[in-house]
Amino acid sequence: MGKIRQRLIVIGLLVGGCIVALLPRDTRQRVPDSVTGRMKDTTVRRVPIQLGLDLQGGIHLALEVDESKGPVPDCADAIQRAERVVRTRIDEFGTTEPVVQIEGRCRLIVELAGEKDPARAKAVVQRTAFLEFRITDMKNTFKDALPAIDAALRRAGIRSRTTAPSAVSQLFGGDTTKAEREDTAADANAPGVLSSLLFQGQLPGEFLVPEEQWPLVDSLVQRPDVRATIPRGIELRWGAASESRGARAYRALYAVESRPIITGEELVGAAARRDQVTNQSIVTFQLSRRGGTKFAQETARHIQDYMAIILDGRVQGQPPVIRGQIGRNGQIELGTKPLQEASDLALVLRAGALPAPLTIVEERTVSASMGEDSINAGVLAGVIAVGLTLVIMLAYYRLSGALAVAALALYVVFSLGGLALFGFTLTLPGLAGFALSIGMAVDANVLIFERIREELALGKSVRLAVDEGFKHAMSAIVDSNITTALTAFILYLVGTGPVQGFAITLMIGIAASMLSAVFVTRTFFLIWLQRRPDMTTVSI
Amino acid sequence: MLRLFKDAKYDFIGVRRWAYGFSALLIVPGLLWLLFTGLNYSIEFTGGTFVQVRTTEPVGTGPIRTALATAGITGAEVKEFGSDREYSIKARVTREEGEEILGPQETAAAVQRALDAGLGTGISSVVRREAVGPKVGRELQEKAIIAILFSFVVTLIYLAFRFEWRFGLAAICATAHDILATIAFIRYLNLEVSLVVVAAVLTIVGYSLNDTIVIFDRVRENLRKYRRQNLYEILNLSINETLPRTVLTGGTTILTALTLAFIAGEVIRPFSLVLTFGIIVGTFSSIFVAAPVLLWIEKRWPGEDARGARTFGTRTPTSQFTPATPTSSPSPRAPQHAR
Repeated sequence: MGKIRQRLIVIGLLVGGCIVALLPRDTRQRVPDSVTGRMKDTTVRRVPIQLGLDLQGGIHLALEVDESKGPVPDCADAIQRAERVVRTRIDEFGTTEPVVQIEGRCRLIVELAGEKDPARAKAVVQRTAFLEFRITDMKNTFKDALPAIDAALRRAGIRSRTTAPSAVSQLFGGDTTKAEREDTAADANAPGVLSSLLFQGQLPGEFLVPEEQWPLVDSLVQRPDVRATIPRGIELRWGAASESRGARAYRALYAVESRPIITGEELVGAAARRDQVTNQSIVTFQLSRRGGTKFAQETARHIQDYMAIILDGRVQGQPPVIRGQIGRNGQIELGTKPLQEASDLALVLRAGALPAPLTIVEERTVSASMGEDSINAGVLAGVIAVGLTLVIMLAYYRLSGALAVAALALYVVFSLGGLALFGFTLTLPGLAGFALSIGMAVDANVLIFERIREELALGKSVRLAVDEGFKHAMSAIVDSNITTALTAFILYLVGTGPVQGFAITLMIGIAASMLSAVFVTRTFFLIWLQRRPDMTTVSI
Repeated sequence: MLRLFKDAKYDFIGVRRWAYGFSALLIVPGLLWLLFTGLNYSIEFTGGTFVQVRTTEPVGTGPIRTALATAGITGAEVKEFGSDREYSIKARVTREEGEEILGPQETAAAVQRALDAGLGTGISSVVRREAVGPKVGRELQEKAIIAILFSFVVTLIYLAFRFEWRFGLAAICATAHDILATIAFIRYLNLEVSLVVVAAVLTIVGYSLNDTIVIFDRVRENLRKYRRQNLYEILNLSINETLPRTVLTGGTTILTALTLAFIAGEVIRPFSLVLTFGIIVGTFSSIFVAAPVLLWIEKRWPGEDARGARTFGTRTPTSQFTPATPTSSPSPRAPQHAR
């Protein structure tokens, strides 16, 4: 009795775990903003199994460093730089979940689900990176111009439609930026449209915008009347990533001088290291001779000013302060920040310094309608295949077959849960593999049932036959499945992309099938035998 | 109760020479053909451009070829793809290592323009396009071969540990047979070898091993149980005992694969067909290749008492499995099946 209860608890826990893994959950997803037409992050509820490009349509690009115009010494570094660059451009893709990843050593994979224009996508990916250093708006000319901008917006009939001031103070009450906000509010005597959305950052020219207001603010500052009001010599640049202050996510907006003090062309190299003495993370960089002279002049004029590092129009990290005149060799101190961040910044600098021309070695485009057809056909085939399997099991093994079918239902739950847990992407071959694995999953049950029949034929009692059947079938089940799992594991090790996905499906399928056939079916039999202890024949 | 092949007593091993002949007939012409013509590789392997076009009316391949030719696109392969409203247009990269595959990509755009001009705008639309450089494919091929060889080695080691090395070798022979037969099958039907077809072949490796091992497991057990019978009889007995399982599992899996082949669509039809064939041949080889090869290996390299599996792969003392009758030294092989 206790044994059965323990088994039922284990099964319950497993099923519960799988259901939790399969529950739709909040994920950040990028969707086009209806106001501005640009991409923004939102939170949506989704089942955590993704559809592959062949099922939802989209573009798959594989890129390598272009060596046709001369060899590139370190392709791995070049691809890492390229990956960094493509990531900063991620907002330019009109797609919900862009995948940018390095495959192997020297190949970059970009997957854009739902993207329709391959030419545009390719142009975004292949464009040469542009790096520049610019001094931030030290004299607060932009901040001083905010009332004028607000006035211009008011004239244009734009009201602060999304945030009433009271709501803002409610939302940001107790925030660390409170003091700064108050002084922004004091500058603007009325709650201006733009100024009410901007919070003064930690350094001159830095403003913070709540992440969800980012597209709105961007659409405001892009307006021609606003651009005309922005003081001459000043431009606005967004930060590359959102940062969290307190419990909220912010996007930084920088007012920077429109003239770069130096560009990536003058940069020769950059590396990250940890300072042995102070234990700080630092990035060292070298400039060309010409660049060094220019940089020395500029930095001498801008001591104690902040210098924004801008890659492809996006400010990377918080602008560092210039401590003194810098010549050809400089270093950026990141304080106690992890070395990882320093490595990332060094990568950004190198990306700007050594543009890595990329060549497309593989391109696939699947239209959305085609993807839909594939899903429909695949699911239909799967349902029919599973239905046939179930009918055969029921017809051949009758009541025991029904137990196997119930166990098979759990198999489906287990394997889907496993797939969700691994963040698996479902492709058409994956769907086919899954249907096939159901056909194969009955194998363990067939082995057990045939064995029970053999034991019964030997004249053993029902209880003994069931026990012996399970016991003797075990070695065949274990050995055959482990061999298949080993093959799948090697596929996973050696294969790439789709083959790896297939191998994972196979391995999860094997684990789930052993679990459901051996453990779950056995439990069902135990319950059955316990309810009918005097059973002399068994429906098998 | 419904029991198929209950107490079957077929002499499977006795007809092994017929089975060898059948396998040779299946494999050898296919491989010879392959030697002379090669396989029909997808552009994933050769590099090139593939464009799948959907049309609003059945235009036929002729007008498409004409439209392409008028636009100056020659050497492309135009085929119906599953229905008369879908066509595939395939052009392989001809130049060697032409790092820039911009050529094929431009071709894809040019195909759309050519079809719009030749068939009229709005008649055709490109639903799928692929352009691959030749380097990518070569890597894939190497990796697939490495994966198969590597899986053989690991299987051999595992089976040597759980059974005995002779069993491992026999299982690998059967699996190699299945791979060769599948490749021959691909050649006969002139199926396109793409990445997913390679994945199908690798699935067959797994299935074939799985099926063989179920029979070998029974052989291992029967070797312990019936120490007086020779291997020939034990192999036959084991195959017959596991026959219901072989038929049932094989049946459900083949049905599934067939359903996929006929319903899941043109895109993965080569994959499904290869799987269907592989499962059939994998089931065949477990009975007609793996077992006879084990017998042959056993004759070539006899175990210490001609029963390798008894000394390996068991942690319990053998005496426990010994029947009441005293064990004799290995019996001479049954005369009628001598060699």
